[in-house]
Amino acid sequence: MLTRLAARALAGFGVVAGVVTLTFFALRFAPGDPVEHLLGSAATAEQLAVQRHVLGLDRPIPVQYTAWVSRFVRGDWGISIAKGRPVRTVLADAWPATVRLVGLSLLLSYLLGIAVGAVQAHRQGSRTDTALSVITVTLFAVPGFWLGLMLVMVFTYWARVLPAFGAAGLDADYLTTWGRIVDGLRHMALPLATLTLIGIGGSARFIRGAMMDLSSQPFVTTAHAKGLSPWCVTWRHTLRNALTPVVTLLGLSLPTLFSGAVLVEAVFAWPGVGRVLVEAVQARDYPVVMAATAVSAGLVVVGNLLADVLAAWLDPRIGMRHA
Amino acid sequence: MRRLLRDRRGLFGVVVLAAALVFAAAAPLVTRGDPNAQRDIVATRFVAPLSSDATGVYHVLGTDRFGRDVWTRLVYGARVSLGVGLLAVLISIALGVTVGALAGYGRGPVPLALLGLTDFALAVPRVVLLLLLAALWRPSTALVIIVLGLTGWMSVARLVHGEVRALAARPFVEGAVASGARRLRVLVRHILPNALTPVIVAAALGVGNAITLEASLSFLGLGVQPPTPSWGNMIASGRDVLVNAPWVATAPGAALVIVVVACTLLGDAVRDALEPSVVSHQPVS
Repeated sequence: MLTRLAARALAGFGVVAGVVTLTFFALRFAPGDPVEHLLGSAATAEQLAVQRHVLGLDRPIPVQYTAWVSRFVRGDWGISIAKGRPVRTVLADAWPATVRLVGLSLLLSYLLGIAVGAVQAHRQGSRTDTALSVITVTLFAVPGFWLGLMLVMVFTYWARVLPAFGAAGLDADYLTTWGRIVDGLRHMALPLATLTLIGIGGSARFIRGAMMDLSSQPFVTTAHAKGLSPWCVTWRHTLRNALTPVVTLLGLSLPTLFSGAVLVEAVFAWPGVGRVLVEAVQARDYPVVMAATAVSAGLVVVGNLLADVLAAWLDPRIGMRHA
Repeated sequence: MRRLLRDRRGLFGVVVLAAALVFAAAAPLVTRGDPNAQRDIVATRFVAPLSSDATGVYHVLGTDRFGRDVWTRLVYGARVSLGVGLLAVLISIALGVTVGALAGYGRGPVPLALLGLTDFALAVPRVVLLLLLAALWRPSTALVIIVLGLTGWMSVARLVHGEVRALAARPFVEGAVASGARRLRVLVRHILPNALTPVIVAAALGVGNAITLEASLSFLGLGVQPPTPSWGNMIASGRDVLVNAPWVATAPGAALVIVVVACTLLGDAVRDALEPSVVSHQPVS
């Protein structure tokens, strides 16, 4: 077990290194220049050259690459070209907003999705099941950014009850603590609803499928034969066993805590990592893009590993997947 | 096929997708004029659905801020969105089947290398990759197709790999090998045709996914560029006028949802009709 874990971790490290290397060279060979974005179109060729020299962008690309790697592993993630602030500060400022939004939406969408899927499996084939299936497959298909716009249209423009932009009102600094909390919750309501509704579509469909697959298993028949009520069989026996793959899914959604809400953040001007990333890519802000890519890839690898470990721990028959 | 059409989900999927394809193909017949045509903007802009503009022309779905007919743009946009979705999935299926087949039936270091490549590509954060690729080169329709195709083949490769491995041990394959067929022939003529069931399901789901991703990229301005209509950039253009012309963003989004639902239901129905419990449905973020 430990050897396999180590092998997987090593392979994961290789993957992260590969992704980062690929991104580095793709960035450098692609058209676009961060210095032109920084200085604007009025800059002379000399000014551009000087600025490039200051940023070290005039050195050979392999030299830049080794320099970046050696600084990155020592924890120096560089300074954002567009913002002039350390990359770590830029990401550290944005991360909490994304974690708050995506983490809460993951929690809600799995809790509600599990409940909906279990009700569907319990009343399989009934009208309730069909109606819920129609709803979940639609939610599953809706693009987040469009659902967000529709919610803004209804709740902000027509009903005028909820704000549509940012994480806090302009007057947030002058409010009492309680007022600030309410203000924050009101700002989070629409993006959270968007992400959660879409998430429910996926998780309910998944749980319903998993529980239907289990419903013909011997242990379910045994539970019925013991004379347990159908309700008890569904909730205590089938659902519990259907939850193992959900743990895997939760592990796989670890990276979404970092970069999982790019579009929804764009719609609601939510000050999170997604927005930082889109801005950085558009401004060719190399250090920010590189750091964000490295963190994302790292989280994907850790999430996969975590999912396997948790699944093996919950169900010893599964065992660890080979590297 | 008959079993598929008896399933309500399959019937819905087939009918909706067929209708969308017919409308897209026959766009000049079911609409009036050029999707990008602008006439007297002041007289024709923001006409509400089901009403006529100042010049007496009737608009089923209204007009946008340049007085362009939303229905016309929606149908021409279907050409772009469906085309992008289908072509991107074609690329990912071709790549995925090739990689999966070689990894499942190849010899020597090839399978290991291909499986490693698949795992590697799966670990690349897709959204980040899409943003990067789409933002770094000049956005265009062809680029979107290639980017979506190149980032969507891994799950197909995994599926095909598993199927091919399982089929390779079956008696009919041993029979083909024993009768002296070359390995490539065994793979292409005997194994692959039997391994394609999950690929059909993955393709149906993949088209829906690709259409959504195209819309997402176009919404961010990194995909299909205006004035060429695509459902994504139509939604983006309706974003600023949500208050006074909500139909501009609503119509293409609703069309997109209906088509993606049709793809998903068709995929579900095909899976149930051909082989139960082959593909698990993973949530798409």
